[in-house]
Amino acid sequence: MAYDLSFAKEVYKTSEVGYWIKMCMQCGVCAGSCPLGPHWEHSPRQLFQLVRAGKMEEVLKSDSMWMCTSCYNCIVRCPRGLPITHIVHGLARLAVEKGMADPKQPTRRFAVEVFWDNITSTGRVGEAGLTMKLYFIDGIGPGIQRGLEMKNQALGMLKTKRLNPIPFRSKIKGFAGFKAMLDKAFELEAKKESNA
Amino acid sequence: MKEFAFYPGCSSEKNASASNMENSVHHMCEMLGVKLKEIDDWNCCSASIGYAGGGHLPRLALTARNFALSKQQMGDSPVVASCAACWLALRETNERMHEEPGVKENLNTALKEAGLSYDGKLEVKHLVELLVDDAYVGFDALKAKVTKPLTGVKMAGYVGCQTNRPFGIAGDNYENPEYLDRMIEACGATAVPFPKKVACCGGALAFSENEKSCDLIKDILQSAVDNGAEVIVTPCPVCQLNVEVYQEKVNKLFGTNFAIPVVYYSQLFVLAWGGGWKKAALDQQVVPADVLKKFA
Repeated sequence: MAYDLSFAKEVYKTSEVGYWIKMCMQCGVCAGSCPLGPHWEHSPRQLFQLVRAGKMEEVLKSDSMWMCTSCYNCIVRCPRGLPITHIVHGLARLAVEKGMADPKQPTRRFAVEVFWDNITSTGRVGEAGLTMKLYFIDGIGPGIQRGLEMKNQALGMLKTKRLNPIPFRSKIKGFAGFKAMLDKAFELEAKKESNA
Repeated sequence: MKEFAFYPGCSSEKNASASNMENSVHHMCEMLGVKLKEIDDWNCCSASIGYAGGGHLPRLALTARNFALSKQQMGDSPVVASCAACWLALRETNERMHEEPGVKENLNTALKEAGLSYDGKLEVKHLVELLVDDAYVGFDALKAKVTKPLTGVKMAGYVGCQTNRPFGIAGDNYENPEYLDRMIEACGATAVPFPKKVACCGGALAFSENEKSCDLIKDILQSAVDNGAEVIVTPCPVCQLNVEVYQEKVNKLFGTNFAIPVVYYSQLFVLAWGGGWKKAALDQQVVPADVLKKFA
């Protein structure tokens, strides 16, 4: 059977530290080290072998990358020194860029639609705004329900002065430069991809 | 001791989730004579899930800007961070600027838009690394300041992930780091064996995959309690938040009955050095640390 290796080549060239995938020896230490191991479709070892076999759909539509808690167990234990956490993050990002990640995947939604937007709109995390946006991402009804479920946690944080009751934060002083810097970084990142 | 540039990070802001860490760190450093000067106008490091929205360069650019501001304001001073994710981002950005071709150049092209530049050469220290290193503070000095030893209290030292991997506190090891147990002992308390010492609490996924994270948190709590701990101690703002605040949810999900305080190492030191309850920010615990009250 013939393999189409164009996806593998694309990953080696453009996905963050994707070229390291060539070095995987399929031992599975990463799979055994992952705290969310019981929950994912493919372990890192399997993802890497799917990349090498050119299976774009299976890799980028997988929810596996979104189970990464960034605990870095796989990185420090990999006998071949692959930066596995970063490779997995890179594949998740590639899935977002190609529009292939499941739009309903909860961590994709939180990371892309809530978190990144939250930090880049002012320069810093606004925790109250972050939490509210996440709760209300599916509209008012489910938002109120989620809020009620977490009511005691929120009250505990408010009482101990660890949650700002006002979900607004001002921009950092150098916000204009901050924004221009990020725009340029995205431009350079896109260029790197189109050169591949 | 000289003054260090300090990057507190978003969770250490006033009224933020780790303001109990920041308040106790402030008093701990004051009592030690360690001077930290906050980098003016710092931005978020994008923590552990910034990769999905920010990819590679934009994510690293966030930290490069913090370095550039530090260099501008504080010259060659090492940059000190108290937050696990902030510290990791600083270490990672430096490493990638040195080791990955093109990263340093591209980041500087981006920084130029903000009128800044950075050569990748500032030293980075976790606050813990200042405390455990004789060249700065060291364990002897930490012990010498104890006036109210926390005698008889059993504690589980929960190191967690990001202060430990992939970089780790200088001189310690990944699978069984010892600095936190030594800190607990330095305060006069007892460090219990704790098999979940470097296990993951779910991190940012406590937001998006709460029940899967609660499953991890339950195992951490159970291991601490099984080993006789009355208090869990951690250096990490995400570990502290997740393991403390979700106890009620864990109890609901698994029919357990956990109510164990989770405190920062900085809170222990302030208390053991006679700083009292408020300076230790122990009035900011969601699960009250009543077992420590007699030392206030």
